[in-house]
Amino acid sequence: MRFLKIAKDDWTRGVEDLKKSFRVFGPVKEKEAYDFRLLDKGVLPDFSFQNTRLSPKSTVYPQSEILFEYTLDESKADHHVHKVPEKDYSPRVILGIRPCDAKAFELVRLNFDTPEYKDPYWLSAYEATTKVGLACDDPCSTCFCTSAGSGPYDEAGLDVLLADRDDHFLAKVLTEKGEAFVSAAGWNTEAPDAEAGFEKLAAEAEGKVPGGVPTDKLADKETVALHGADFWEDVAFSCINCGTCTYLCPTCWCFDIQDEVKGAEGVRMRNWDSCMFPLFTLHGSGHNPRATKVDRVRQRFMHKLKYFVDRYGRGIQCVGCGRCVSSCPVNIDIRRVARLMNEFEPAPEKCPA
Amino acid sequence: MENPYFPYPVRIDSAVIETEDRNLKTFKLVFVNPEDEKKFAYRPGQFAELSVTGKGEIPIGIASSPTEPGFLMFTVNKVGVVSTALHNMQEGDIMGVRGPLGNWYPWEILEQGKNVVIIGGGFAFTTLRSSIVYMLDPKNREKFGDIHVIYGARSPGMLLYRDELMEWEKRDDIHMHITVDGTDDPDWKYNVGFVPTITEQKAPKADADTYAIVCGPPVMIKFTQPVLDKLGYAHDHIIMSLENRMKCGIGMCGRCNIGMEYVCKDGPVFTLEQLNRTPREY
Repeated sequence: MRFLKIAKDDWTRGVEDLKKSFRVFGPVKEKEAYDFRLLDKGVLPDFSFQNTRLSPKSTVYPQSEILFEYTLDESKADHHVHKVPEKDYSPRVILGIRPCDAKAFELVRLNFDTPEYKDPYWLSAYEATTKVGLACDDPCSTCFCTSAGSGPYDEAGLDVLLADRDDHFLAKVLTEKGEAFVSAAGWNTEAPDAEAGFEKLAAEAEGKVPGGVPTDKLADKETVALHGADFWEDVAFSCINCGTCTYLCPTCWCFDIQDEVKGAEGVRMRNWDSCMFPLFTLHGSGHNPRATKVDRVRQRFMHKLKYFVDRYGRGIQCVGCGRCVSSCPVNIDIRRVARLMNEFEPAPEKCPA
Repeated sequence: MENPYFPYPVRIDSAVIETEDRNLKTFKLVFVNPEDEKKFAYRPGQFAELSVTGKGEIPIGIASSPTEPGFLMFTVNKVGVVSTALHNMQEGDIMGVRGPLGNWYPWEILEQGKNVVIIGGGFAFTTLRSSIVYMLDPKNREKFGDIHVIYGARSPGMLLYRDELMEWEKRDDIHMHITVDGTDDPDWKYNVGFVPTITEQKAPKADADTYAIVCGPPVMIKFTQPVLDKLGYAHDHIIMSLENRMKCGIGMCGRCNIGMEYVCKDGPVFTLEQLNRTPREY
C-alpha cells in the first residue's frame, strides 16, 4: 500500500495512456443523470457527480448477455449443441466507482463464486476488472453507507482509492492490480505524507453521512415470525412493482435465462430479472408462491435484510447507496423498513382461555 | 473453469405416452458423448434441467436410478413452452441435459437399515420410482428394512409406470399399496380411496427407524401430514421434495428460495422440520 499524488493535468494524460492497455469505464453525464460508460478516446470521466443513476454493476454483469450460441440447422454436424461465444475479458478498469458500489461487488461475488459452482461469465469479467474508487466527500441525503457496513472512504473491493483535492488527486494504491493500473497510467509521484491527511478526510466524510439505520438485531429474529409480521401490508401498500429498486441496486443479482432464435441460429441469453415481477416465480401450473405484491415486496426486504444476513454472516445485502430510496416513485424507504424489521417483536402468545 | 450452464448433448432414445390423458410422456435419453455419463453421477431425489435448444430449460426430477446405467429417464407433464416442445420431439432428436442438480433423499441415513414409507400422488412419482428401483437393486436391498409404497392417482390410467407397479406388487420384499380416487373397472383389484385415507390404513406406525418420503400435489400433502402426525411420525422423519420455478438450478438466479434456502441447491429435498422453519413460499 502506498500513496501517490496525481496532478489534474497529468490525470488527463494518464487516462489517455490507460486506454492503450485497458478498456476504461467511467461516469459521464447524459441529460440530467450520470452513468458509467466505456470511454472513447479523448473522453474523460466526469467526476462532478454525487452518485450515478445506475450502479456500475453492468460493467461486470451486463443487463443482457449471451451464454451460448447454437444452430438448429440439422445439415450442420454440431446442430443443437451449445457453444460459448467469444468474450472480451481483456483488462478493464472502472474509474470513479464510489466505495459503496465497490463493496457491492464483494457481496455479489458471494452469489456467483461459491464452493460448489462458479459462474464463469461473472467471474471472468470480475477478475479482468480493476476498480478505482472515488472517495465521497459530499454524500447524498439518502446515503447510509456507514450504517450498511461501508463508508465514504471504504476500501473493500477497491484496487485504488482516489481523493479529489481540487488541483490534484491523492491516490491510495491498495492491491497488485492497483499497482499495474498506476504504472500503466505513468503516475509515480510518491506522497508519503498523505496517510494522515487521508484519515482526516475519511473521518470528516463519515461524519457527514446520515446514519441511524439499525441492523444489529436482524440476525436474532426468527425468520417465520418476521415473515409474518403485521407491517408488510403497510410497507407494500403504495408499491407498484415497477422494479426500479432492483434495477438500480448494486447488490441485486437475480437473472432470467431465455432462448432467442432467428431463422436457424439461436442464443441462450441471461437477462437481469426482478423479484418485483409476478412472472419471476410463476409455476407452469399457474400456481404462484409469491402471488401478491405484498409477497414480492417482502421478498426483496427479507432477502436483503434477513436471508442474506443468515446465509453468509456478512451483514446486510445493501451498501447504503440510497438509489432505491431516491428513485422509488412511491417513496418506499429501505431505511424505514430496516428499522421496522430490526425493532420487530412478535406478539406474545395469547394465554389459553 | 467448469461452465455450470452447459447442457450435455443427449439423444432421445424413446418417448412413450405414460397416462390416459396423454399429458405425460416418459423420455429415455442417451448421452451423445459417452464420457459425459460418468460426469453425470447422480443419486435418487436429484433433478436435472432438460434443455430444448431454441426453447429453454425445465427442471425435472430424474426418474431413472443410478443402478440403471446407459440412459436417463424423465417423465414430463405438458404445461408450458418447453414441455410442449419436448412432447413434440421424436426419437433420435438431439436435446440437452444439465445436472445432476440439488440434493437427494437422505440415503446416508436410510441405508443404515431404516424402514422407508414412500407416499406419492399423481405424477410426483418420478424420483420416487428412482428411489424404489434403487432400493430394490440386489446390491442395495439388504441395506434397508421394510419398504412400504402408497401411491395413488385419479384413475388406473393416470398411474405412472404401471407395468413396474404390477411387478412390484408380486414381490415379497416391498409392500405395495396402490390406490385410485375412483374407477369403474370391475377388475380393479387394488385400493380405492385418497392417499391420506390409505396412508392411515396401511402405513406402519412411527418409530425412530422409520422414515416417510412424501411427494405429491399440495392437496395430498395437506391432508397426509395430519395422518402422519396421528401415526406419530416426528417431523425430522418426514421427508419432502419441493418444486419451484427455477432457471439456473445452481442457487444463483434468485427465484426459487424459501427463506434463505434455495430449493434448487439446498433442496429440493427437505425434512418437514426444516420446512417448519421457513416461509411457505412454494
